[in-house]
Amino acid sequence: WAPLSSSPHTNSTTIMAVEFDGGVVIGADSRTTTGAYIANRVTDKLTPIHDRIFCCRSGSAADTQAIADAVSYQLGFHSIELDEPPLVQTAANLFKQMCYRYREELMAGIIVAGWDKRRGGQVYTVPMGGMLVRQPVSVGGSGSSYIYGFIDSKYKSGMTKEECLRFTADALALAMERDGSSGGVVRLAAITESGLERSVILGNQLPTFFSA
Amino acid sequence: MLNSSTQCEMTSGGFCFDNARRNAVLEAELSEKGYKAPKARKTGTTIAGMVFKDGVILGADTRATDDMVVADKNCMKIHYIAPNIYCCGAGVAADAEILTQMMSSNIELHSLSTGRPPLVVTVTRQIKQKLFRYQGHIGSSLIVGGVDVDGPQLYSIFPHGSYDKLPFLTMGSGAAAAVSVFEDRFKAKMELEEAKQLVRDAITAGIFCDLGSGSNVDLCVITEKGVDYLRGYDRPSQKGQREGSYRYKLGTTPVLTKTVTPLTLDVVEESIKTMDTQ
Repeated sequence: WAPLSSSPHTNSTTIMAVEFDGGVVIGADSRTTTGAYIANRVTDKLTPIHDRIFCCRSGSAADTQAIADAVSYQLGFHSIELDEPPLVQTAANLFKQMCYRYREELMAGIIVAGWDKRRGGQVYTVPMGGMLVRQPVSVGGSGSSYIYGFIDSKYKSGMTKEECLRFTADALALAMERDGSSGGVVRLAAITESGLERSVILGNQLPTFFSA
Repeated sequence: MLNSSTQCEMTSGGFCFDNARRNAVLEAELSEKGYKAPKARKTGTTIAGMVFKDGVILGADTRATDDMVVADKNCMKIHYIAPNIYCCGAGVAADAEILTQMMSSNIELHSLSTGRPPLVVTVTRQIKQKLFRYQGHIGSSLIVGGVDVDGPQLYSIFPHGSYDKLPFLTMGSGAAAAVSVFEDRFKAKMELEEAKQLVRDAITAGIFCDLGSGSNVDLCVITEKGVDYLRGYDRPSQKGQREGSYRYKLGTTPVLTKTVTPLTLDVVEESIKTMDTQ
């Protein structure tokens, strides 16, 4: 069986972002599929938009890569004009404007997360269709359906950075276990005022749960 | 400098999807009249690339198919982009060929303008932006590989405009066969000969296990020192020697009658055209 390049290249995915006091934790799986073939099993879906602002991409790989490039350019330009780091809300609005204006043509579900001086750690979700809303914790992608219950029961406000990292890794591992379109490794990043910490959890190191 | 008042507004230049809508309307109109839009010839290919200790190696088969007939037994799928950057193309043959030629020209102009040797990321970005603009209607999947100041790099680009940067890649109809060889034997920082053998084996897997790929293996080794384009590095599917003779002996069919009618013909024009029969 041969992979058909005519099928769109999608990041059917699980992505997640959590706010904590002083920053955000973001995470994603690493699978990109073309039909039923995995075109990239180590994808990096956590894309930097600016020094302290990232986006998590789900949906069409081509659409989200193109949107992220366009928004990074616009935000970089805006930041130079302002002569200060841009706000996460600005980045989120740029994504929303593009995703809403071209909503019929694009297939992109994006979570924008980062840290800025005005409001600290923030997570904004821009699902398909172009809505924008700020949430303390947000999940997206095809695998997110399987972990809403887990998120709702396990999330509590006031978690530390380490608790958020563990919470995100657990949630993504559960989603990857159940969703065929998510898998590979778990990529995590913690964004704070002082900088960025990226980590990878390989397949054999993922948290394990009950499996029938 | 641009006006800050226009900065956060969406420039109407942005993404233009008008042609995609026009194409959809045209296809609908054609199918109403009972005609099918013409199908473009695809290469049905196995292309592969990997990063080794000193650079990158690109590999490709050499069969071009027209549905179920082999249109070209020895076509070149590894295209020149810049002295240090080459590109394998799969998908629609014409699209891959023209796209890489256009990129090659643009990159040369860009390189003269910057005064620096071209970067592989530049090639990748220009190609993916063009493919995204055409929303997948340019049906070419590419593997771009090269060595520049940032080291050896390998990128895959899909027709819709998405790209991946990986240490080894395969594309085309034979990709599944070839990637299995890589998944088994790839290691980081391999030596040249071992790496060439691995790419050769991956392409050979595609040649034997995929109907759309065949003929020979072409390799292109790119290092800091230069490029080694190995056309026809391996020919795993050469025509075999016929064992027996199936010719009938002279006189097997008896001649009963013979009539000779001479035709007077004048030679008007003579021209010689050489054919590539290998």
